[in-house]
Amino acid sequence: MSVIKKLLLIVSLLVSPALLASGGGENLDSVYINLADKGSLRRGAHTFVNYCLSCHAASYMRYERMAADLEIDTRTLVENLMFVADKPGELMTVNMASEDAKAWFGVVPPDLSLTARSRGPDWIYTYLRSFYRDETTPTGWNNTLFPSVAMPHVLYEWQGMREAQFDDSHGVSQFSGFEQIVSGEMSEAAYDEAISDLTNFMVYLAEPAKLVRYRIGFWVMGFMLVFMGLSYALKKEYWRDIH
Amino acid sequence: MSLLNWIDDRFPLTKVWQEHMAQYYAPKNFNIWYYFGSLSLLMLVLQIVTGIVLTMHYKPDADLAFASVEYIMRDVPAGWFVRYLHGVGASMFFLTVYLHMFRALLYGSHRNPRELIWLLGMVIYVALMAEAFFGYLLPWGNMSYWGAQVIISLFGAIPGIGEPLAEWIRGDFVISDATLNRFFAFHVILLPLLLALLVYLHIVALHKVGSNNPDGIEIKKNKDKDGIPVDGIPFHPYYTVKDTFGVAVFMTVFLAIVFFVPELGGWFLEKDNFAPADILQTPPDIVPLWYLTPYYSILRAVTFEWLPGGAKLWGVIAMGAAIVMFFFLPWLDRAKVRSIRYRGWLYKTFLILFVVTFLMLGYLGTKNPGHVDIFWFKNLIWAQIGLVIYFAFFLLMPIYTRLDPTKPEPDRVR
Amino acid sequence: MADNINNDRRRVLTTVTTGVGLAGAVALAVPLVASMKPSARARAGGAPVEVDITDLAPGHMKVVEWRGKPVWILRRDEAMLLELVSIVSDLSDPDSTVVEQQPDYARNAHRSIRPDVLVVLGVCTHLGCAPSKNFGKGAASGLGDDWVGGFFCPCHGSKFDLSGRVYKNVPAPTNLEVPPHSYLSDNRIVIGIDEEETTA
Repeated sequence: MSVIKKLLLIVSLLVSPALLASGGGENLDSVYINLADKGSLRRGAHTFVNYCLSCHAASYMRYERMAADLEIDTRTLVENLMFVADKPGELMTVNMASEDAKAWFGVVPPDLSLTARSRGPDWIYTYLRSFYRDETTPTGWNNTLFPSVAMPHVLYEWQGMREAQFDDSHGVSQFSGFEQIVSGEMSEAAYDEAISDLTNFMVYLAEPAKLVRYRIGFWVMGFMLVFMGLSYALKKEYWRDIH
Repeated sequence: MSLLNWIDDRFPLTKVWQEHMAQYYAPKNFNIWYYFGSLSLLMLVLQIVTGIVLTMHYKPDADLAFASVEYIMRDVPAGWFVRYLHGVGASMFFLTVYLHMFRALLYGSHRNPRELIWLLGMVIYVALMAEAFFGYLLPWGNMSYWGAQVIISLFGAIPGIGEPLAEWIRGDFVISDATLNRFFAFHVILLPLLLALLVYLHIVALHKVGSNNPDGIEIKKNKDKDGIPVDGIPFHPYYTVKDTFGVAVFMTVFLAIVFFVPELGGWFLEKDNFAPADILQTPPDIVPLWYLTPYYSILRAVTFEWLPGGAKLWGVIAMGAAIVMFFFLPWLDRAKVRSIRYRGWLYKTFLILFVVTFLMLGYLGTKNPGHVDIFWFKNLIWAQIGLVIYFAFFLLMPIYTRLDPTKPEPDRVR
Repeated sequence: MADNINNDRRRVLTTVTTGVGLAGAVALAVPLVASMKPSARARAGGAPVEVDITDLAPGHMKVVEWRGKPVWILRRDEAMLLELVSIVSDLSDPDSTVVEQQPDYARNAHRSIRPDVLVVLGVCTHLGCAPSKNFGKGAASGLGDDWVGGFFCPCHGSKFDLSGRVYKNVPAPTNLEVPPHSYLSDNRIVIGIDEEETTA
């Protein structure tokens, strides 16, 4: 066997266990992302603008870009989705001044434009479904994925109030489940779907180009295959001279 | 008089074309390993072109840089495409360069009379690593900031002059806007000019001696009655046409990544860099991009505090020595034959060990040294084993290449 | 193998492959060149501007910015409106025949929708300086006994009347440009949108 073949064999044997191993250490629930579902994106946008944008910014996205991509007409955009901005061309900045935010929460709520890329959609989906009542915190809320988070459970009206159970039997306190103490407006399934829509929207928010790049890529691959074929035929034709 | 004649009377256009393309005789037995030189040149051109476009929109200011990258991704027409070309391009550039260097190790292209080509190539490699390092700070993401912080603090480890040197590099007491601005100058002007010059010299040196080939024999030793090497073919049209096919295949892979998986699961674009630089929040694992990780691994593998000067200093020395080793390759290699096709089991074993080790060190460089990501031992232990094998490949080479039972080289290429 | 077939095939293959390759290179270059077009940020910056003229007294002028240029909004008083007729013979283009300089609804003596309110770009049509206003009359204005009020450009001496129309024998070739504008209400002007668009 040649050196190259030996190398490839060894490397692939060593690499395969590493590839099969799973990623990060956290236990995250999976969310199904489908950027082609405009209805889902629109529902997510509605939730985002009504609940998140009061404290968080999405300062790299413009209202009119979002409306164009999500197929929302300008009138609906201006009337229903723009609270602090004047013009559709503006960026989705937040109304809350950062000094106020720091005073109220102890930390400035981070910009959410890229959260789906820096933390990932599964993290967002899990986070928004992991809040529970905790009288010991300043807001009265805590989160199993992000302990002592400064953010309250903004969507508690939808999900209702839950308590977290901890199992202390083995010395270390282990989270063992949630218990619903006050029900919310939505059932668990409906809430999960609303959060799924919101996460879907945030994936779009983090990279609007995703809506187009797969489609363009498909055509580019088609062209490249043609060019590969042609250039191969050309090479073979000229190299008939060489023996 | 034709336009061509008018030019030729004033500029050696046809002469250069003949000498370096139409009548430059290259060995006829080039295989797949010989695509990566021209592909590296293609990547240099692409990085410069996409870089120029990015510079039209990017702002090298600590308060504006991160936002300007998102401006490119969203507001600039096709900006996302240019950004991905440049970011994915950086990784693809290193891929072609590593495979290009590996070709040399396979066929002895670093040996006499091609030592200078190899040395120039090594300077290009180091310049490219610097270019990538400076470029990575520019997005001003959290990994950009902390990665630069770690590497510059290494300079602080040099006894005596270390701290003033680190301050001089930073232009400030910590990494700041001053650092960002000068790294921009280095990334956009200084190193691209240097790289262009070095690549030119590299090709001039190559054409003076002529290309090596997979059989490692000198085709100039066997010329026909017209003075043309019997195993040589004119670069144009044979290799222009073959390299065009190489470009087609490479660009297909490259563009597939750009359009479908530009982050490549975090290998090409790190997740932590989608958050802006935060001096109060260090990422859990600070790692450079994959192409620098083998050396990062070696740096972290030296943990022996009992060494005079401390582990940090010796880690820096080991990392530097690891790169410097490559420069000595033409003189460490004492084999009687050039190409691996005629070498014995000793060289082949060491080469396989070296490549596997290099890849392992690269992998470990992305992981936490305290974890166990390969079987049995902690990552740190594997990195230390890797360090030993890495240096053994070079330092023992004069011995094992001399002892290696080689086969006789042929007179003509096969 | 006959040489002829080889050469023909080579020529065709080379031409086709080169053509396809060039098409690919152009396709790669197009987005790079397109990236130099005005971005969404630039286009948002060019968005229309609303102006409230409730407190703009007759004889006074307000200046706002639109697309990086100064826009003058002048509420002309009765005396100013009379002067528009008196100096017609001194003007180079009193009827605004150069159509590029104003929308159709401003092709009149007062060069505006409402006779009393002038909306015009404060950019001299010679080389782009910002002219100064001078509403004084006669010798007191410093611009000669015949001066009835208008605008004077300090860079090269061009003069414009109270409708922004250019005088004869000055460097500026055309009247000041009137931007597209319309009225949202009696006292709210939007600069950048024509009437048809606001009522749509």
